[in-house]
Amino acid sequence: MDLDLTAAHKEFGRRARAWLAGHVPRRPLPSLETAEGFAAHRAWERELAADRWSVVSWPEEYGGRGAGIVEWLLFEEEYHGAGAPGRVSQNGISLLAPTLFDFGTSEQRARLLSPMARGETVWAQAWSEPEAGSDLASLRSTARRASGGWVLNGQKTWSSRAAFADRAFGLFRSDPAADRPHRGLTYLMFPLDADGVTVRPVGRLDGKPAFAELFLDDVFVPDEDVIGEPGQGWRIAMSATGDERGLTLRPPGRFLATAERLVREWRAHGDPSDTALRDRVADAVIGARAYQLYTWAGVARGAAGAPLGAESSLNKVFWSEHDIAVHETALDLLGTECGDWTEGYVFALAGPIYAGTNEIQRDLIAERLLGLPKGRR
Amino acid sequence: MRFLLDDEQRAFARSLDGMLTAAGTPAAARAWAAGEHAPGLAVWRGLGTAGVFALAAPEEHAGVGPLPVETAVAFVELGRHAVPGPLVETVASVALLSRLAELGSPDAAERLLPGLVGGSAVATLTLTGVGVGTGTDAGVGTGTGTDAGFDAGGTDTGAGSATGPRALDPDAATVLLAAGDGEIRLAPGHTDPRATLDPTRRSAGLLPGGERLASGAHADTAARRARDWAALATAAQCLGVGYALLDRTVAYVRRRAQFGVPVGSFQAVKHRLADVLVGLEFARPLVFGAAVALAGGDRQAEVDLAAAKVATGDAAHQAARAALQLHGAIGYTAEYDLSLWLLKARALRGAWGGPEEWRGRVVRAVGEVRAAGGRVPSGGECRRG
Repeated sequence: MDLDLTAAHKEFGRRARAWLAGHVPRRPLPSLETAEGFAAHRAWERELAADRWSVVSWPEEYGGRGAGIVEWLLFEEEYHGAGAPGRVSQNGISLLAPTLFDFGTSEQRARLLSPMARGETVWAQAWSEPEAGSDLASLRSTARRASGGWVLNGQKTWSSRAAFADRAFGLFRSDPAADRPHRGLTYLMFPLDADGVTVRPVGRLDGKPAFAELFLDDVFVPDEDVIGEPGQGWRIAMSATGDERGLTLRPPGRFLATAERLVREWRAHGDPSDTALRDRVADAVIGARAYQLYTWAGVARGAAGAPLGAESSLNKVFWSEHDIAVHETALDLLGTECGDWTEGYVFALAGPIYAGTNEIQRDLIAERLLGLPKGRR
Repeated sequence: MRFLLDDEQRAFARSLDGMLTAAGTPAAARAWAAGEHAPGLAVWRGLGTAGVFALAAPEEHAGVGPLPVETAVAFVELGRHAVPGPLVETVASVALLSRLAELGSPDAAERLLPGLVGGSAVATLTLTGVGVGTGTDAGVGTGTGTDAGFDAGGTDTGAGSATGPRALDPDAATVLLAAGDGEIRLAPGHTDPRATLDPTRRSAGLLPGGERLASGAHADTAARRARDWAALATAAQCLGVGYALLDRTVAYVRRRAQFGVPVGSFQAVKHRLADVLVGLEFARPLVFGAAVALAGGDRQAEVDLAAAKVATGDAAHQAARAALQLHGAIGYTAEYDLSLWLLKARALRGAWGGPEEWRGRVVRAVGEVRAAGGRVPSGGECRRG
């Protein structure tokens, strides 16, 4: 058992750090959830991609560096440690791309991945519907067979980044006669400016249009934009939501950097006699370190051949609760005028809801990891 | 980078698990609580034979260590089986005597380590002036230090409080070590043991005087080593206690039926246990991370030991609260074995420094570690508006 990095890993981390030191904007970019900020973040993706730092774990042919998971985690530690901007392309990079690598065609990978890596195509997700949230398999939007493709109808909601994004991916009911709700679903991609698509931005808690409703009215999607076999969408999508809950969405570097930043704020602004608040600052450090070490343990288990299963539910509950607690602590320390922390706080509040609510995750933990009997949800 | 127990370490855990299951540790713990140490000491000798106490000692003093990772593996099992006695204190004493030998004072190690390592002798220990309390959870108001630095010559007032530090189970021990404040001595005796919340853990003061084993900087250095090993062993033991509570409760709620279904099928029950598992699973890597850092002499050990102590204490405490609630009234009885772990979880949370002491240490140490790595700019950076 060790935590030693190889010389090659250390060198990779050093190179990332050096590049970031020379490129990370000195002043934070405007909020990602505004038109101006979205454009600025898109430009940042282009800058990352120009030197092959936007998708380090992808193969070189798609703009990556073929980095292994250890290198990727080190990159993320350096990235967040350097205070680099949030990733506007995250939905595409961490959810759609793994799906394309596993289930897409080589034509789809060749056509879609490089523009994604350069921030030219920013992707939104289209899972939830007004009547299908946690019970996603009850979704009603349809995909009807047409010559050379499919015709989409229905309504999607809570579509993150859709207010400013270019394209979306999601599940549609292609076989209304299927015997079970999660059968007969197909995974499709479509442009957000296609004929028949209406995007209605929705203000999140702070009013910023971080997500949107999508209305689909006879939207034609060619066969080339179906991922995997028609009718197999549920299985394909679930492989991606595992990624979303687990490692690929929330690498520990993000929480380590936030905890370090909170400690600095505490040193600058904290009242040393306020041990109650100091204890919560400590918990930010402890939680981030726990998450980092848990991740290294998961990497080691993965290298030993164990798949990431329901453990991703443990991950999701942990980081989402931790993220809120850290930001609550920051607000109690600094007040609510501090723009970076309040924006982070609003973002963190969504954590226990998206990517499968924490209630669903706790059901999965109890049933799949503890072996408790299934009951009514 | 392979942050995973190897086959040998897992086999060690399994063999201890098998041995302790066969030994009937709950009965030994109950006898220990009644003042009958013989069954517990029989288990103790078995642990000595299995090499548990050898892990903290070097080869030249009858040991196989220092092996902090294996020590953590062992203490998880000791917690899981509710083994009674000053286990942490003995391992920390072995670490302390080994450190003294390294520093050029091997006499005490030569005399005392063979018995301690072999399991025929039992040690208890008090530590003062190293920023944490003693092993007996005396509480902040009655003698554990708060917020003292790493400097053994620091301001920890726990040592000098009116009641003095309390040692765990000195009536079962043959080696009574009082360390800190610039000296290490073999205490000549102890006061009358008193009951604590956990009936298997009784505490007493160590008498002044006795043979002085070391003084000055060497004594402080050795005391700090003992503190680190005590924190690691307590955290690991606490983790094992937490897993035992979870495992027993999961088994119970699968079996116990109300309203015609197992109570474990109710969402309120499932979610509470899911949270217990989250707590334990994220405390566990902190324990082994601390062990790896300690083995490597890494400065990160200062943060990781503190983090492990806090997180395991919280996780086991959360497990205990859930276990009691989900067992209902049967769990509230002394007769039912669950009580052994319920009370131990509470005791270990405060043993060798309570959560607030170790949290204070985290905040101090993280700056020192990062500063050593050259990463931390100073000052706040709040961007208003």
